[in-house]
Amino acid sequence: MGIRFILMVNKQGQTRLAQYYEWLTLEERRALEGEIVRKCLARTEQQCSFVEHRNYKIVYRRYASLFFLVGVDNDENELAILEFIHLLVETMDRHFGNVCELDIMFHLEKAHFMLEEMVMNGSVVETSKTNILTPIQLMDKAS
Amino acid sequence: MNPFSSGTRLRDMIRAIRACKTAAEERAVVRKECAAIRAAINENDQDYRHRNLAKLMFIQMLGYPTHFGQMECLKLIASAGFPEKRIGYLGLMLLLDERQEVLMLVTNSLKQDLNHSNQYIVGLALCALGNICSAEMARDLAPEVERLLQFRDPNIRKKAALCSIRIIKKVPDLAENFINPAASLLKEKHHGVLITGVQLCTDLCKVSSEALEYFRKKCTDGLVKTLRDIANSPYAPEYDIAGITDPFLHIRLLKLLRILGQGDADASDCMNDILAQVATKTESNKNAGNAILYECVETIMSIEDNGGLRVLAINILGRFLSNRDNNIRYVALNMLMKAMMVDAQAVQRHRATILECVKDSDASIQKRALELVYLLVNENNVKPLTKELIEYLEVSDQEFKGDLTAKICSLVEKFSPEKIWYIDQMLKVLSEAGNFVKDEVWHALIVVISNATDLHGYTVRALYRALQTSTEQETLVRVAVWCIGEYGDMLVNNVGMLDIEDPITVTESDAVDAIEVAIKRHSSDLTTKAMALIALLKLSSRFPSCSERIRDIIVQNKGNLVLELQQRSIEFNCILQKHQNIRSALVERMPVLDEATFSGRRAGSLPSAVSTSSTGAPRNLPNGIAKPAAAPIADLLDLSSDDVPAPSSSGGDFLQDLLGVDLSPASAPSGTSQPPKAGTDVLLDLLSLGTLPPAQSSSSTSDILSSSQDNKAPLANLNGLTSLSSLSPNATSPASAASMMDLLDGFGPSPQKHEENGPAFPSLVAYESSSLRMTFNFSKQPGNPQTTLIQATFTNLSPNVYNDFLFQAAVPKFLQLHLDPASSNTLPASGNGSISQNLKVTNSQHGKKSLVMRIRIAYKMNNKDVLEEGQISNFPRDL
Repeated sequence: MGIRFILMVNKQGQTRLAQYYEWLTLEERRALEGEIVRKCLARTEQQCSFVEHRNYKIVYRRYASLFFLVGVDNDENELAILEFIHLLVETMDRHFGNVCELDIMFHLEKAHFMLEEMVMNGSVVETSKTNILTPIQLMDKAS
Repeated sequence: MNPFSSGTRLRDMIRAIRACKTAAEERAVVRKECAAIRAAINENDQDYRHRNLAKLMFIQMLGYPTHFGQMECLKLIASAGFPEKRIGYLGLMLLLDERQEVLMLVTNSLKQDLNHSNQYIVGLALCALGNICSAEMARDLAPEVERLLQFRDPNIRKKAALCSIRIIKKVPDLAENFINPAASLLKEKHHGVLITGVQLCTDLCKVSSEALEYFRKKCTDGLVKTLRDIANSPYAPEYDIAGITDPFLHIRLLKLLRILGQGDADASDCMNDILAQVATKTESNKNAGNAILYECVETIMSIEDNGGLRVLAINILGRFLSNRDNNIRYVALNMLMKAMMVDAQAVQRHRATILECVKDSDASIQKRALELVYLLVNENNVKPLTKELIEYLEVSDQEFKGDLTAKICSLVEKFSPEKIWYIDQMLKVLSEAGNFVKDEVWHALIVVISNATDLHGYTVRALYRALQTSTEQETLVRVAVWCIGEYGDMLVNNVGMLDIEDPITVTESDAVDAIEVAIKRHSSDLTTKAMALIALLKLSSRFPSCSERIRDIIVQNKGNLVLELQQRSIEFNCILQKHQNIRSALVERMPVLDEATFSGRRAGSLPSAVSTSSTGAPRNLPNGIAKPAAAPIADLLDLSSDDVPAPSSSGGDFLQDLLGVDLSPASAPSGTSQPPKAGTDVLLDLLSLGTLPPAQSSSSTSDILSSSQDNKAPLANLNGLTSLSSLSPNATSPASAASMMDLLDGFGPSPQKHEENGPAFPSLVAYESSSLRMTFNFSKQPGNPQTTLIQATFTNLSPNVYNDFLFQAAVPKFLQLHLDPASSNTLPASGNGSISQNLKVTNSQHGKKSLVMRIRIAYKMNNKDVLEEGQISNFPRDL
């Protein structure tokens, strides 16, 4: 299992999406999110996108006001995770059209559906944006 | 209508939460919403069920408990419509985990959905199963998943593949069922199926060696071909990232090849060409390309040796390392750590660049680089590398100093070629970042200093100089204070000058100044101040001309609010004032500390202390040869003898004890009854030997001390001591109090006498009640110090005759007791006669533990049975 969790956090440090692929209690999650967000948000643009925290490596990337943080195992390819974050953002862009924080907030379930099509049990399932979005568009049409 | 009733739309709830200005407001909104949702659940409200679940997911993301909604997920999953199922499964994955018993209830729904005619519903069920299934569910549903691996739609096959990973991780026994279906997935063209199939094979290899062998034999060629096809494929818009087709698949394939090639020359050989192609042809100006190169390098490093490829890989890392992008540099450092195991020489070539990375402004890069430098250091380059690191220590960030200091200390200790270099480097570290140095590190430094007999003068002068410039580094101050205390005379007289030193002129009063600064500095902590007090006591005898001033400083601390310092000051003041004759012996220089014992204890009890170094590698310093301790006091302090029971289990305390810096209250050694506190305790207390059990004092000193039992000393002499220091209650009994007084006063005049005559012991009123007195007279057989002959004499203090008089005694295990028959069993009234009885006690712990005895005396008085019991623990020491 490569990916342990995926977080989307805004500039104020508020969680906008959280998906864990390993079980943590609510308290552990809150503590972990707090610590990671504090660490990552304090870093500058020039610094690298990887932060070591406890036994995780956090790969993060900032898009406008939103931070995408992915916690991975230590032997995961950090550069590939960065590329994955970009793919995730592009996918959401294609669906929402210039995705922003509010899109994710108000369409949390859709964001989760997309993530579900991309990652399962911590591994990447699909890398084609069309394949990822087809089931979601189908559902939109049906309802 | 209540705006927060369950009728509010999800959108409205999110708006309400967003509008909250404080955390308290947010909590209130969430509480109201949760209450409404609970109510809706209780009413079994069908219409808003999926809306409520969506709200719960949002609330859970914010970090509030939502367990009450778990059953709602199950109900939604069981419903027929796709949108309900969809949100139900999402809730299942977000709100539940495999540990919850509710999950059992979902197994049946999952089974039905896995067999559903709608492939999207099958996909949902697979996804949920893959994310949360438990071992039990894995067993129940594995056949379904296995079947779905051959489903007509690739989108189902890819999900079934990942679901299989979860299953074989939960139940590794099932792995063999999946080997064949997994192998057939590798032949597919659909990227989603390929990437998940490769992942499944990778995980199968991890749980089953059988699978590893199978894939190695049957699939290596096919995987190499797939990788070649992907690498050479024409532009594929759907999977293209920066001109590369599906880098994710590249990386997965390289990972699996790595596992297949590791430890197998044939398989490695088979993939050489494609690895070389990927390593040379991949574009390195975009992140995607670099991600592939990175993975490729790791595979080259892991598979069986091929010289040419490794050179290629190291060159790629070299290029990465000089890249301007910090991400690339980070992964290069990461990979060089792994390359160290394969080709240390090649990594050494990049030493200068790596060292530059330690000084980077990015904490992640610093940390990686420091780890790498730590691995790079060996005997040959330790000097220049340490020099660089220490120079950087001066300018580094506060947060980084802790890590850096620990690493430098560990390196210096591990590789130091000679003692003077070790001491020099440690002094530099202490002056720069003393506050970050761990206790065991400066303890070790003191042990080394103590062993470097010819460097004592040099060290104390260097420390004195350092102390002039950096007074804020706690550990520097401690080490300096300790050394000035021990070797103060060498500081003042420039003893043992080395050629490299500049002579300095330090007067006695300058040295005392340094200590005084340490004790008066507000930021000094308790340990430092306590050490400073001891140093002052020591200096008082080294510098007679300053002794008045030293006494003044000590007296100033008599009123210290910290009990420990107050007590030390009062005790030391007593020594200075009233016991001049023993002072010089008391404050003798410490005997050389035994390095082997210290490092042994350190390694034994503190394995984590040097976690980064390879488990307590012995340092290259030659062990100092312990010189025989000359002074009696040295015996008292000498803890290196083998039979010393460890006063406490933690090895770290050992040196603290030696240094007299242990501030924990004296505790009785466990396993023995509280030893009688005879006179020597006071001396031990005076020396603040912390947890040292009194019984450890060695024979020569205590002989002298405990045998000077003449009662000439006025009690008042030590009033200050007895009233303020924490003496045991026993000590307040007149007999032992007197002996305690005397031992200090009586020490000077004629200590020789006793040594010549051998010990003699005064008689002791061992037991006294209103009706009976028992006295013991002691004698020793010459040549058998362990055995004591005791003559017990019983005297009747009542006006009645005692009949059937019986004396019984019991002793702890380390003693052996032999009772001779009593002279009579009738004790005449009013002291008109006595019974005597001989006892022979053999003390197997002679010199370490004192005698102790429980007694019981039974007799008949006026035909009534009387029983008297007691414990005797005020035996003279050293019986």
